[in-house]
Amino acid sequence: MSEELPETTAPETAETEETGPEATKPEATLPVVPVLPAADWSNPLRHPQDRRLPRIAGPSGLVIFGVTGDLSRKKLMPAVYDLANRGMLPPGFSLVGFARRDWEDQDFAQVVHDSVREHARTPFREEVWQQLAEGMRFIPGDFDDDTAFKQLRSAVDELDASRGTGGNYAFYLSVPPKFFPKVVRQLKKHGLANAPEGSWRRAVIEKPFGRDLKSARELNALVHDVFEPDQVFRIDHYLGKETVQNILALRFANQMYEPIWNRSYVDHVQITMAEDIGIGGRAGYYDGIGAARDVIQNHLLQLMALTAMEEPAAFDAESLLMEKLKVLKAVKLPEDIGAHTVRGQYAQAWQGGERVRGYLDEDGTDPSSTTDTYAAIKLNVDNRRWAGVPFYLRTGKRLGRRVTEIAVVFQRAPHSPFDSTATEELGQNAIVIRVQPDEGMTVRFGSKVPGTSMEIRDVTMDFAYGESFTESSPEAYERLILDVLLGDANLFPRHQEVEESWKILDPIEEHWANHGRPAQYASGSWGPEEADEMLARDGRSWRRP
Amino acid sequence: MKIDLTDTTASKINKALVQGRRAIGTPAVGMVLTMVIVTDEENAYDAIKAAEEASHEHPSRTLVVIKRHARTPRDRTNSHLDAEVRVGADAGTGETVILRTYGEVSDHADSVVLPLLLPDAPVVVWWPVDAPENPAKDPLGALAQRRITDLYAVENPLQVLDSRIRTYAPGDTDLAWTRLTPWRSMLAAALDQARVKVISAAVEAEEENPAAELLARWLEARLGVTVDRVVTAGPVVTAVRLGTENGEIVIDRPEGPLATLSLPGQPSRTLALKVRTTSELIAEELRRLDADEMYAVALRGEATEEIPAHV
Repeated sequence: MSEELPETTAPETAETEETGPEATKPEATLPVVPVLPAADWSNPLRHPQDRRLPRIAGPSGLVIFGVTGDLSRKKLMPAVYDLANRGMLPPGFSLVGFARRDWEDQDFAQVVHDSVREHARTPFREEVWQQLAEGMRFIPGDFDDDTAFKQLRSAVDELDASRGTGGNYAFYLSVPPKFFPKVVRQLKKHGLANAPEGSWRRAVIEKPFGRDLKSARELNALVHDVFEPDQVFRIDHYLGKETVQNILALRFANQMYEPIWNRSYVDHVQITMAEDIGIGGRAGYYDGIGAARDVIQNHLLQLMALTAMEEPAAFDAESLLMEKLKVLKAVKLPEDIGAHTVRGQYAQAWQGGERVRGYLDEDGTDPSSTTDTYAAIKLNVDNRRWAGVPFYLRTGKRLGRRVTEIAVVFQRAPHSPFDSTATEELGQNAIVIRVQPDEGMTVRFGSKVPGTSMEIRDVTMDFAYGESFTESSPEAYERLILDVLLGDANLFPRHQEVEESWKILDPIEEHWANHGRPAQYASGSWGPEEADEMLARDGRSWRRP
Repeated sequence: MKIDLTDTTASKINKALVQGRRAIGTPAVGMVLTMVIVTDEENAYDAIKAAEEASHEHPSRTLVVIKRHARTPRDRTNSHLDAEVRVGADAGTGETVILRTYGEVSDHADSVVLPLLLPDAPVVVWWPVDAPENPAKDPLGALAQRRITDLYAVENPLQVLDSRIRTYAPGDTDLAWTRLTPWRSMLAAALDQARVKVISAAVEAEEENPAAELLARWLEARLGVTVDRVVTAGPVVTAVRLGTENGEIVIDRPEGPLATLSLPGQPSRTLALKVRTTSELIAEELRRLDADEMYAVALRGEATEEIPAHV
């Protein structure tokens, strides 16, 4: 049941628009209009068997709003360079920055240059840089500023003519959520969101996708009013990571895991995302949002959906969405939310040899804040495969170390021919997918200890990405930006998933808002005692990741 | 860690590999393939270096077979095998075994290599120089899924190219073809933009350049036009011109890593087209280990009905 969303209104400002689909005769006019090919035209130089040729994005440009921000400097610009260096960007690719700075194009190029030098993954090569630098433009201005958007409009037209970008643009909104409406409306007002015939305009947005179901719906309605729903790409950078994509390969390309991937063999699943840092200077953003909204709603529920979903009919965006939605809709909250969820705040303590402040003492936080910096919840997936298997999701700041992992913990063997002293040190079998750092997978099982007596102990078998396929793993943002330019939506959550996730989280947040306060936990520990008690009540315990 | 073995056998080498791994504390390793390099003493150093660099992307066991020439009849009858086992930091991300064969054992190098192959993992053989006439029929080549030769390392490249057509077997590939990938992907991208039928084509390159010849044959096969070969001063391939009804599509790289792309009715733009190092070529070669049908097509330079185009 997908909701009908308002269609984009007819473009009013399309001088470059062709009237009919039969524009097959390419006139050599300037500025270059994207030439509509005959429908059956296929490039004779491309062939499915020719797999050396990389997936190069078609002619296109990327417009980044909030280009001076941290994310842009540390991730986006280096990713663009790395893509260019690997030959994945089309000749004539253009990068347009938009921010409130008094810069010329050269100043912008200098900033990009510095950030590439510092953060790019691949070595710096002058010729690649030159190719890229020719297509860089900077538009100074506020998001309210009509003249700036007019300038942007003419820059886009100019690039189409001078670089052959063909009217294809992705608008990356790397801005705080409160500016979304403004930017999106401005894009609409200045006709930037209307793709000329035969080209595309896409919007890329970052989390948070709202702060509850209501605001998420408002945001979606707003964005979809301007961009077609399938042209809106929501970045969840976890989905760009190799290991996360590998969950699907592991489950559906192999024969040995899927038969045991169900309630008959799995005891429970733990999904953890831990950070060792505090909120830093982001109190303004974080206070009032909290760990559950910031992490569980998007990253952890996505990881859970990938772990629990049924096999998709095909590896395309449509089928993946369908299966992920099915799982999210089957999620059931525990009846007693208070007993099966825990929230916490980090308290002042020594962490990793450093004395750190508690959350309530951080600059800019309200000393009486009830914002959670740690959240753990128990969810059930009510379907034939998972009935009775709890999924424990936890996330937190200032925990022991930075780690993200999915642990599928198996039941104990139903019968053991060995006596209990022999298996005293044997735990439950587990498959652990390490998402970051040290991407890879661990299988834990029991093995006999060498020697004359029968003694069985846990051992692990390890697969590390860094070992079997070293170095070549691209950064998540590289993959995602390329996918946006190619229009491949496999790795992007759709608005239905976002809304479904909020339906799961909203009752928990509501319960928390009305009951009690977050528990305090020492910075550098693995969370509040209440979280351990929560699992102990079920007869289980948290893994130490 | 290095272990030298003189007058040895394959089973002793296997023992040394296990011993070496134990000593550095990594008994289980995730190597993905065995790379066999067949070379002479002169080219061994560069080849090993390239393979070790490529092993950062594809951790592998590298077996280097160096055939030593004996100068006297007495030496020729004295057949023996020396080995140098490198594990850990001395061997990139995998393991390297350098095998020096003397006398008769040189003709039976496959008997040394076979027991040293990784279980189940694919095998790649690379001849940096002196590739056999028929790589697939060579005893070492027959062990491999992938056989890498290099037309840049022969005296008469165009002659050898012709014999490669006759002996082609699935799994053969050549570094002259690998060198073309950036050119080919840029040409394909240019045509993606122009979206018109190509009616004529020309490849400009230095004389007797095998890569240029392969490029021309590939264009002929895929575009169904005759490709003019234009001799220039080089270096290597300097330009490709594709004629269309609207004008010419040109990628021009007179020298250095910067090329210019011109499309009809569009402004020209610069492209980075670097000449890549051997280790980068090998790394690309190892990314796919199944037969490269497009190379076969380019070798023959004929229309391509034999490959069904799905999608």
